[in-house]
Amino acid sequence: MLLIPCPWCGPRAQIEFTYGGDAAVQRPSPEAPEAVWVAYVYLRDNPAGPHAELWLHSAGCRRWFKVRRDTRTHDILGSASPGAALPGAPT
Amino acid sequence: MPGLAPATLGAIRISDPVRERQPDPTRRRPSHSLKYSIFSLARNALSHHEHWPRAWRSPAPKPRYDAVIVGGGGHGLATAYYLAKEHGLTNVAVLEKGYLGGGNTGRNTTIVRSNYHLDPNAHFYEFSLQLWEGLARDLNFNVMYSARGVLNLVHSPADMDTAMRRGNAMRLNGIDARFMTRDEIARWIPNLDCSPDARFPIHGGLLQPRGGTVRHDAVAWGYARAADARGIDIIQQCEVTGIRIERGAVVGVETTQGFIATAKLGLAVAGHTGRLAGMAGLTLPIETHVLQALVSDPVKPVLDTVVTSGAVHFYISQSDKGELVMGGDLDFCNSYSQRGNLPIIEHVVGACLALFPSFGRLNVMRTWGGVCDMTMDGSPIVGKLPIKGLYMTGGWCYGGFKATPASGWLHAYTIARDEPHPRNAAFTLERFAQGRTIDEKGVGPVPWAH
Repeated sequence: MLLIPCPWCGPRAQIEFTYGGDAAVQRPSPEAPEAVWVAYVYLRDNPAGPHAELWLHSAGCRRWFKVRRDTRTHDILGSASPGAALPGAPT
Repeated sequence: MPGLAPATLGAIRISDPVRERQPDPTRRRPSHSLKYSIFSLARNALSHHEHWPRAWRSPAPKPRYDAVIVGGGGHGLATAYYLAKEHGLTNVAVLEKGYLGGGNTGRNTTIVRSNYHLDPNAHFYEFSLQLWEGLARDLNFNVMYSARGVLNLVHSPADMDTAMRRGNAMRLNGIDARFMTRDEIARWIPNLDCSPDARFPIHGGLLQPRGGTVRHDAVAWGYARAADARGIDIIQQCEVTGIRIERGAVVGVETTQGFIATAKLGLAVAGHTGRLAGMAGLTLPIETHVLQALVSDPVKPVLDTVVTSGAVHFYISQSDKGELVMGGDLDFCNSYSQRGNLPIIEHVVGACLALFPSFGRLNVMRTWGGVCDMTMDGSPIVGKLPIKGLYMTGGWCYGGFKATPASGWLHAYTIARDEPHPRNAAFTLERFAQGRTIDEKGVGPVPWAH
């Protein structure tokens, strides 16, 4: 069981959360070329190692936030509110 | 018929210039190879089974191969086997970083089926099921294909409509499908709670009678032995650490056993395809997620088919050893760890007890996980990558085992001829950018939702 640190509620059990995917993905501007949109919708870095990702505290405060988690070990390296920077490597 | 009739498989020509090359006769069949039969079994019984030859060699890598396949699981070994068998390409190496069948080939729940709705999937998986049906004879290795049926339970009138639609689509594609009523199911599977007050009431089910199970380890071993007998070099403990590309074309791979030159490189490393493609500078529409499975302690035969429920996210069968083998959903977050977390195990066991209350007397003996390439449309990528000489078969989501023979056959065809076969022509990498996704569930680009 992952113990996920919600920035507002503190560490809570994994079953209170919903996964939201890669946090490094940025929505392009509407004028961006098609290749940029294809990359945004479909392509993922998919790292084996630290991964910045979005989680929703769906059975708690119902707020989104970012987590950095190692995909090889499931170790959680830190969390932050959506606007703040995650500790560790840059997102 | 005038002229020379080419070899055919169905209506498809499989003769080609590559096939006409004469393989080196010294590499055709190593002297140690032995045909398995009742006679060889009896002969070896007389010497207490102490003199069986090794099933495959462990050669040192040569400096250059005509083709190199990365990944010594079912898909990679099958690719090598069909390169030799169908295309006469025997100067081929399979590189495996660990041991044969030590990844997802040895971790799946052994189910085979072709009960798909969309045409590309239906044709692909039906081809695979037909290869499964003849595989033991083809490989001279008992892969224990058991056509015990795969039953998808239906829990609501809306589920019923969907199942009927899929069953009809299957029949239109020439695939066996039969709708079963609740009463028929209750008679067939007495352990299943078919009562009206069940937690998940059963309205009926869609059965594919030719679906079933195959012994997963035997698939790796059978393909390895048959590929080795045709001269393929299988090299274990050899991890690929880099892909060397010059002027837009593959020239070889860096490995933990040194550089190996090749102009044709096939990736069969599902779970890690993104990492290998990354060595060639490519980013794929794939995320890696972990799927768990578990087995109970072994008991006498209690379940002689495969039961699945899409609504409850659960599937179960009984192995020949007697264990009940079951699984459910992904863990729903990116993972390369080959192990998962308890909430999913709890969900699977809960679903099991809702459907089969009597199984509550069993213990969970073992749980494990395997890492899956989850693509953005839930369908695989089998074909050419945008670098000359680079090919892949991957993106299997959590359904790769049943695809093994067709994946190997079509990957081999694509590598040998440098063009896809009609059966894998739709499974391109380019389909995402072109808006030609093959989204069986219709959930869009959310890889962990497929």
